Amino acid sequence: MKKLMLGNEAFARGLWEAGCSFISSYPGTPSTEITEFGAKYKEIYAEWAPNEKVAMESAFGASLAGLRSFCGMKHVGLNVAADPLFTISYTGVSGGMVIAVADDPAMHSSQNEQDSRHYARASKIPMLEPSDSSEAKDFVKAAYEISEEYDTPVLVRMCTRIAHCQNPVEICDRETPPPKPYEKNFQKYVMMPGMAKKRHPVVEERTSALEVFAETSTLNRTDEGRDRSIGVITSGTCYNYIKEVFGDEYPVLKLGTVWPMPKRKILDFAKSVGRVFVVEELDPFIETHCKSLGLDVTGKDLFTNIGEFSQNYIEGKFAEAMGRGISVRTKTINAEIPARPPVMCAGCPHRGIYHVLKKNRLTVLGDIGCYTLGAVPPLSAIDTTICMGASVSALHGFNKARSLTDEAGNARTADGTARLKTAAVIGDSTFMHSGVTGLINAIYNESDSLIVILDNSTTGMTGHQQNPTTGFNLKGDPCAKINLEELCRSVGAARVLVVDPYNIAECDAAVKSLTADGLEGVSVLISRRPCALLKSVKHPGPIHVDARRCIGCKSCMQIGCPAISFKEGKAVIDETQCTGCGICAGLCKVGAIGCAAKNADPEGRREER
Amino acid sequence: MITEDKGNIMIVGVGGQGTLLSSRILGSILLSSGYDVKLSEVHGMSQRGGSVVTYVRYNRGKVYSPIVDKGGADIVLSFEALEAARYAEYVAPDGVIVTNTQEINPMPVITGTASYPENIITDLRRAGFNVDAFDALSLANKAGSSKCVNLVLLGRLSRLFRFERSLWEKAIEETVPPKFLEINRRAFALGREA
Repeated sequence: MKKLMLGNEAFARGLWEAGCSFISSYPGTPSTEITEFGAKYKEIYAEWAPNEKVAMESAFGASLAGLRSFCGMKHVGLNVAADPLFTISYTGVSGGMVIAVADDPAMHSSQNEQDSRHYARASKIPMLEPSDSSEAKDFVKAAYEISEEYDTPVLVRMCTRIAHCQNPVEICDRETPPPKPYEKNFQKYVMMPGMAKKRHPVVEERTSALEVFAETSTLNRTDEGRDRSIGVITSGTCYNYIKEVFGDEYPVLKLGTVWPMPKRKILDFAKSVGRVFVVEELDPFIETHCKSLGLDVTGKDLFTNIGEFSQNYIEGKFAEAMGRGISVRTKTINAEIPARPPVMCAGCPHRGIYHVLKKNRLTVLGDIGCYTLGAVPPLSAIDTTICMGASVSALHGFNKARSLTDEAGNARTADGTARLKTAAVIGDSTFMHSGVTGLINAIYNESDSLIVILDNSTTGMTGHQQNPTTGFNLKGDPCAKINLEELCRSVGAARVLVVDPYNIAECDAAVKSLTADGLEGVSVLISRRPCALLKSVKHPGPIHVDARRCIGCKSCMQIGCPAISFKEGKAVIDETQCTGCGICAGLCKVGAIGCAAKNADPEGRREER
Repeated sequence: MITEDKGNIMIVGVGGQGTLLSSRILGSILLSSGYDVKLSEVHGMSQRGGSVVTYVRYNRGKVYSPIVDKGGADIVLSFEALEAARYAEYVAPDGVIVTNTQEINPMPVITGTASYPENIITDLRRAGFNVDAFDALSLANKAGSSKCVNLVLLGRLSRLFRFERSLWEKAIEETVPPKFLEINRRAFALGREA
């Protein structure tokens, strides 16, 4: 039976069919749905971990216990999990272990465009790369076979265009291999120098054995072509663009094992064709390998290492290489088309607290989540975004640096820097991921800092996943709930306040008190209100502008609400978008915006079902 | 009517308008009619009120590329007028734009750093585009909810295909939660008959 499946859904189906029994992951676009779909199979135990390092270590533990395990993450998540990755490479596995890493060329929803294939080579772990949903499922099954036969975790690389593309998949039944008994083996699993020195040669021999495997594996295949004057070496997404443009015109070597690569197969392919093109998005990974084999190939001297490719791009570049032109027939209209960047939703609770932070002219170090969108006008509320947790740690460094003085007692930072008022903002899920270690650092090293936890009771940007503060697990069942206030107090925060971000006056008073001159220690302000998109949240309904009263001062437009616009000198609220949060009404000096009947239920937290 | 052997459709709109549901219903009909199909979606940050695009490609043979490129769309189905203009250059020379006339201001317009172009539909026609423009929001409200604009637009799109009406209705039944089925059926019918 064929079924339309997202690449990520097919990946999860592959996990199930291969007998995977344990999943631990942290959400991250474009990897999230693998774990969400995986959790739907009752035979698989699945959980969200607070971060990718914990997820990978948990999955390793499950493998050690003898079951097939999995963890999934986005490319930047693999940076967090890199520590266990490099050493699990040495220990190997017991039950098969598969790791998904999803890259995001063109940065549809990411802060950088890193190419995770480098991790495979650096950690000496094999990596497979499918080019559609059907292959995603098949490659996962192959990955478990490789994992157990070669005693190694296996990376499977997904990209946005594979992960979030639906195409038909033939589904099969589940086959569960018998669990492996646990055997204590400290020579294999205790990686202290004496033992690790013995494991390193094992890893090198394994890579050599996997190279031999890659030579004969059907994961690497050649599509014959009519015209052998050109040959293309490619993998993953790019294979699709090549076949779209050229069909069966040129021979194509499609690599399914992007690490290690099949040397002999590549050399034989190159010998059988004229000019060799290597087509890959992002870095020259396959190209560099081909060149190390002594091959003269055309790669990044023709194709960009930035962003995504497409069929027109490929057609154009090949035409350029062969000195001919192409003509794509397009029409446009003669009008300036304003950009439509993503924005925080109408009713978003972050909007209220951001307005207050901006009003108080704070320098705000930001973090990763929906609230990153507060960086753009009109809120323009945050100054930095680096990676998960960086707001809290970087704020500590920023504030410490500003407190340093020279021997004469003068500030070492430039004039005026020392006088800035500052804060960090971080979401609840991001705080649990890696903000909490920054908080401990700030307290341990005696920072004078304000950390604002934007607690919207969910992991918003990736589509509403549970986290340790929500009280529900991945399967949707009630579970232990980490209390943010108690956590922050117990590690030594000097002050912990909780405010409702819909209440501007309350937020303003709290921010003023926690940024008062001379205040010492670490303060935590929890801005708590569930995400406006959660199904459990009941909204009071749209509110209206009384056009007779509106004086057109645009006070309500400072908050960048997508439901408010300005027409003929007056503010107008779009009923289809307005949730009735009332933040704009609180800003109106002439009372022209009618408050909704009653505010949303402040206890609306966590009723998601 | 569009070609029977293969086709490229782009569904464009503003994050939150429900473009994904329309593409999934269309995808399931195409698959059950024996086509190879690829639907490409974008999740995550872009969904938050930004410009969103879904590609639907089908072929009696094999579909390779997951995306539609400039000059390649047989149909651009747009949920919002400005988005129709934004993606107009993706329309193939003999392609068609089916668009909602609803206007949703993007943030640069709201903050006053840009203005919403006037007469988009007229300008598109003047530039030589074949445009089917109608007020899908009013029909959605008539069906019972502004949220089912997506099914109204799908209904309008369905007129360009030779598939039996029952096939569409079955696909809607299989995709939409039972609670919202009636209202979505009404929306589809209003779009198809409009």
